[in-house]
Amino acid sequence: MTEGLATPGAGWRRADGPPAQAREKKRRRGGRRGGARDGDPTVEEAEFTSYYGRPIIKPPVWKTPDVPLYLFLGGAAGTSAVLGAIADVTGRPALTRAAHYTAGGSALASVAWLIHDLGRPARFLHMLRVIKPTSPLSVGSYILAPFSALAAGTAGIQLLDAFPGLQKFGLRRIAGWFPGLRKVAGTASAVFGGPMTTYTAVLLANTAVPSWHEPYKELPFVFAGSGMAAGGGICMAFTPVAEAGPARKMAVAGAAVELAAMHKVEHDHGIVSEPYHLGRAGTLMKAAKACTAGGAGLTVVAGRTRAGAVVSGALLAAGSLLTRFGVFDAGMASARDPKYTVVPQRERLEARNAQAAEGEARAVTR
Amino acid sequence: MTTVSSASPALTGNDPANRLYGPLPDVSGEAGYAEDHPARVGFFTDTSVCIGCKACEVACKEWNTLPMDDADGNRDAMGLSGMSYDNTGMLGANSWRHVAFVEQSRAVDLPMPTVGLPGAGAEGAGRHGESQAPGDAHATSHGGNADGGLTAQASVLNVEALSEFDPQTGHSADREIRWLMSSDVCKHCTHAACLDVCPTGALFRTEFGTVVVQQDICNGCGYCVPACPYGVIDQRKDDGRVFKCTMCYDRLTDGLQPACATACPTQSIQFGDLDELQARADARLATLKEQGVETARLYGRDEDDGVGGAGAFFLLLDEPEVYGLPPDPIVTTRDLPSMWKHAVGGAVMVVGVALSAILGSRKGLRR
Repeated sequence: MTEGLATPGAGWRRADGPPAQAREKKRRRGGRRGGARDGDPTVEEAEFTSYYGRPIIKPPVWKTPDVPLYLFLGGAAGTSAVLGAIADVTGRPALTRAAHYTAGGSALASVAWLIHDLGRPARFLHMLRVIKPTSPLSVGSYILAPFSALAAGTAGIQLLDAFPGLQKFGLRRIAGWFPGLRKVAGTASAVFGGPMTTYTAVLLANTAVPSWHEPYKELPFVFAGSGMAAGGGICMAFTPVAEAGPARKMAVAGAAVELAAMHKVEHDHGIVSEPYHLGRAGTLMKAAKACTAGGAGLTVVAGRTRAGAVVSGALLAAGSLLTRFGVFDAGMASARDPKYTVVPQRERLEARNAQAAEGEARAVTR
Repeated sequence: MTTVSSASPALTGNDPANRLYGPLPDVSGEAGYAEDHPARVGFFTDTSVCIGCKACEVACKEWNTLPMDDADGNRDAMGLSGMSYDNTGMLGANSWRHVAFVEQSRAVDLPMPTVGLPGAGAEGAGRHGESQAPGDAHATSHGGNADGGLTAQASVLNVEALSEFDPQTGHSADREIRWLMSSDVCKHCTHAACLDVCPTGALFRTEFGTVVVQQDICNGCGYCVPACPYGVIDQRKDDGRVFKCTMCYDRLTDGLQPACATACPTQSIQFGDLDELQARADARLATLKEQGVETARLYGRDEDDGVGGAGAFFLLLDEPEVYGLPPDPIVTTRDLPSMWKHAVGGAVMVVGVALSAILGSRKGLRR
């Protein structure tokens, strides 16, 4: 025998050999959207075996742009609801108005996108059939349902208050209650606003998709930061500069958190971080970083002027949106390539075996 | 079993009863079935005797009236994968059994022929004694030996044992060729990620310990698809709902075996009570090891693995990833308590930043 029987696999190799495997690699890398292309930076080509280069796990069936848009809108809605409620209580009418409209509008739009993504949209109420703490989507439904109802309600009250012409069907008689009702509903929506911003990170992380699961500790902070940048940025753009100070501060803080947490996601997880640098996901992430950093910088420099606030707010929102699309795309790419499933699991397995062997050796010497 | 709250393990991480991760002796009991529920059933797929006939695939499609699809899961499309005899391609919404075909080769140094050299016989006896003439070994094993050639198997070298007795191996010049064939199926995990993450309760644990989708409940959210560490469950695009192996739940309730196990002509697919199958698999592995098939291993048998052991487990002849199986799958919900904690941390941060942003700003700079 040329290859000893002691070697793992006893020397067996795929019979169609290297040419076929090179073809597979090419197909895996270039043939599909979001995959790597020639000239892309790679960590290093890892050695691994697969079944004809086919993916092991199934890529998510979630649709683009439905789900990335849902993530973005949910984040913006959640953070602006929190901002709006505190602004309302501390007496900042213009900021309150902008934040409540942003929260209400984004919340309704996010629900629409989420339902649109279902395979059976008519059955969306089945989400509320049971409550399961093991399912982030179940917990998320019980966050999204009250949040969107309360945020939309708050925005509705705000609208009625601002346009007395809308007060029909006897609503005029209770118009005096509106400010109080708005405070109560706004505060209640703010309670769900924080979880609304971060639960979506758990939604992605709690899958077998390597590039989503591995950074599960950082992803909630990426989404919290990204949500604050978007929510703060949009509120900043729609509020007179004199009253937009809190929105500016939240936007800049959010951008900083997003950039820092995203840096960890992109660099701390070895081969699983790779999809964040490659192909379309890499392009999206680069653009996201440029927008977020540029928007935050511009906010600091020119956030106190009307034009500066609008431009930097738009940049921050665009950065947040691109981050969601980039994270989504990186996960899809990591699911399509068996490398990201096999290599980390192989390493984990070998580390465990080495540890076991070491323990055994220690037991023998003792 | 005393369980205080179903909410606790997923949120707190305090999981002494192994409800998220780890071995679980009574999986149906944990799901809430009464003491007298039937024993947990499963599949033992012994790939060392699989002949790749795909009878299991056909029986499954017929019984469950699954639509036709091509190697990439496109419905009502006829397509060749262009890579092997495998045109099913993968498990999916319309293929609940999938026979993998892997053609492998390896280089072999054939023993020098020693026939007709009386002097060399004694020398070579230590190593190649029994295989002096390849025909000889053949004669012993396929002759009228009462023990079915076991003595010959035990005494020849591993390579020869494999080529002599493994129907899937053949010689070609100095290359040896073998076919790995393996009928893949849903693993019906002890800790099933698809079941854990399903928000509607459409996926449920049956009294037999298997995992089944209720098609009248599923709303096609698709969360189970990326949650499965094996890539088993998938969505039918035109239908919207997800589908996977039910281990023929309808047949089980009527006391029948699943269609695939019934159709398998070589008993590669064995159905039965899980503990009995496990014992049978251990014995089969020991036999193969004894016969020199060093690369044989059980996959999904270990209750301490990442999914708490699988209800459908396999005897493989090579590394799992060669067959398209993950080498070390872990149920994603193992890390969920930590994820929730980080999400709460992020949410608190949002409120904290908003509070400090407002309290740190002077109000009413209006002129």
